Amino acid sequence: MTDSVRTQTSQRVLGLHAVFVYVFFYAPILILVVFSFSGDRLVGRWGGFTFDWYGEFLDNEQLTAFHDGAIWTSLKVAAVSTVIAVVLGTLAALSLERFRFRGQRVFDALLYLPIIIPDVTMGIMMLIFFSEAITFADTYLGFEFAKGLKTVVISHIAFNISFVSVVVRARLAGMDSRLEEAAMDLYATRWQTFAHVTFPQILPGVLGGALLALTLSLDDVVVTQFAAGPGATTLPVFVFSLIRRGVTPMINAVSVVMLVASLLLIALMLLADGLRSVADKSS
Amino acid sequence: MTAIDAPEARQATPEFEALALRQERRRGFLLALPAWIYLFLFFAIPFGIVVVYSFATRTSRGGVALSAWNLASYERLGEDIVRNVLVRSLGLALLTTVICLVAAYPFAYYMTTRSTRVRNLMLVFVMIPFWTNFLVRNYAWRLILAEDGPWNTTVDTLGIDSVTGWILDLPSWIAPDVLVGWMADVPEPLFTKLAVVLGLVYSFLPFMILPLYASIERIDSSLFEASRDLYASARQSFLRVLLPLSMPGVVAGSILVFVPSLGAYVTPDILGGGKEVLLGSYIVTQFGTARNFPFGASLSVVLMIVMLTATIGYFRSGGRNL
Repeated sequence: MTDSVRTQTSQRVLGLHAVFVYVFFYAPILILVVFSFSGDRLVGRWGGFTFDWYGEFLDNEQLTAFHDGAIWTSLKVAAVSTVIAVVLGTLAALSLERFRFRGQRVFDALLYLPIIIPDVTMGIMMLIFFSEAITFADTYLGFEFAKGLKTVVISHIAFNISFVSVVVRARLAGMDSRLEEAAMDLYATRWQTFAHVTFPQILPGVLGGALLALTLSLDDVVVTQFAAGPGATTLPVFVFSLIRRGVTPMINAVSVVMLVASLLLIALMLLADGLRSVADKSS
Repeated sequence: MTAIDAPEARQATPEFEALALRQERRRGFLLALPAWIYLFLFFAIPFGIVVVYSFATRTSRGGVALSAWNLASYERLGEDIVRNVLVRSLGLALLTTVICLVAAYPFAYYMTTRSTRVRNLMLVFVMIPFWTNFLVRNYAWRLILAEDGPWNTTVDTLGIDSVTGWILDLPSWIAPDVLVGWMADVPEPLFTKLAVVLGLVYSFLPFMILPLYASIERIDSSLFEASRDLYASARQSFLRVLLPLSMPGVVAGSILVFVPSLGAYVTPDILGGGKEVLLGSYIVTQFGTARNFPFGASLSVVLMIVMLTATIGYFRSGGRNL
């Protein structure tokens, strides 16, 4: 009797703790959304409902200008780096899960490093690498280039390949390889097997990897800051510098826009996850 | 009949098998090749250059001389200022890890006691903050802790300054001396060490919850029940059964929180006011205003070594399976 009462009490305490954890997770985000509609010039003070900061955000050329505004820069970088990283990462995942080849262990380790390396270190690596590469190209190869959009894309691909390959590998590992063997036993060529059996099966994983790559690319501040040259300011880099220079309530509005973008990607991701379970049930 | 006519069937000799194996290897290698080349060019080489730089000499104009290899940059790690930065960063990362562990363990355990439906829902709502823009999440705390922000307004309205003041003072009781120096005389919660720890906990708590949940969920609950049936107290059951069995999750989660906390740059910058006192910003300074590339490179190498050691520990603990 006393024992079950005690169990009940401890369950209640644990439940309360869980509620507290969720409040901790979501209250700051909610507060941010609320204050993005505040009319006061101070970021954290309530001064009546207004859309002014969203208007200021839309009018800000540096942010919203077509082609060279920070938002467009971010979207371009994310799109290009995601496409390339998805192709390279998926190929890498296939090679590691389905084949044995020389140097596999080294490749596996190399593929893990970009995930675990702190972003400051990765940023420094890119900074030094591109400055050395620029000198090298100028002296030995006879062509000139400067840091800009391309160098940002290059650095984003470098970390995204690894994340994509991890997601796709997990999917491949969970997939029954007998399906592929059966297809090949029935005289499907390697290519046919891939196109009709393997790829449809891993597609949810590829989509999941692509969404992860998009998110990471749209999120990144530190690596981008070190890899970027003038004219390649992405949205997070722009916001980070705004925050450092001094906070105006427009940042609240920009933050909420970024928040909504994140949530949209999460919704897509959950959808891809739903697709995955549907695909699993039908197979 | 057709199966027998197939060329594969006719040639199933040892020579053919060896050839097929070689072909198979080459196919695997070719598939991996694009990513290999990419990561070699744009990751391995930059990595190598940083290591080389760490042994170079800073020229008087802030450039880098590679001709004279030396350990000068590493010797600087022993200087008081540098050592303080390292100890302070380690302390903060450790404090963050402990707070995350204490907050996440009961939460993860509670999750495992719920039905599958509730569990999955709880998981999704842990994942959402984890996927949400990192910068925005840290900025939200900056807004909350701002001078005229919600935190101070609430504290003033409720008149609980003394209570919150006591809480804000708390780390100075438990933290080592180097931490206290930085924390002394701060009237506002923003731009304090506590704000940085808060931001780090907020950023990395999901990294602790997820592996803990995965490892507790795997434990056969009858083991726990058996210990209770055999008259172990709740405390004993926890310490002797649940905790040892969930150790892989504890180790994995701790490493996943500790490593990014140690190298954190954005959070200390936004919530700590960019005082150049933590490892991440200290490294960045070496490539900015201080212009001492070799020293910055050597600090990065130290950070990488810590990270690699931790990662090997993570794999050893079976974290890869979580």
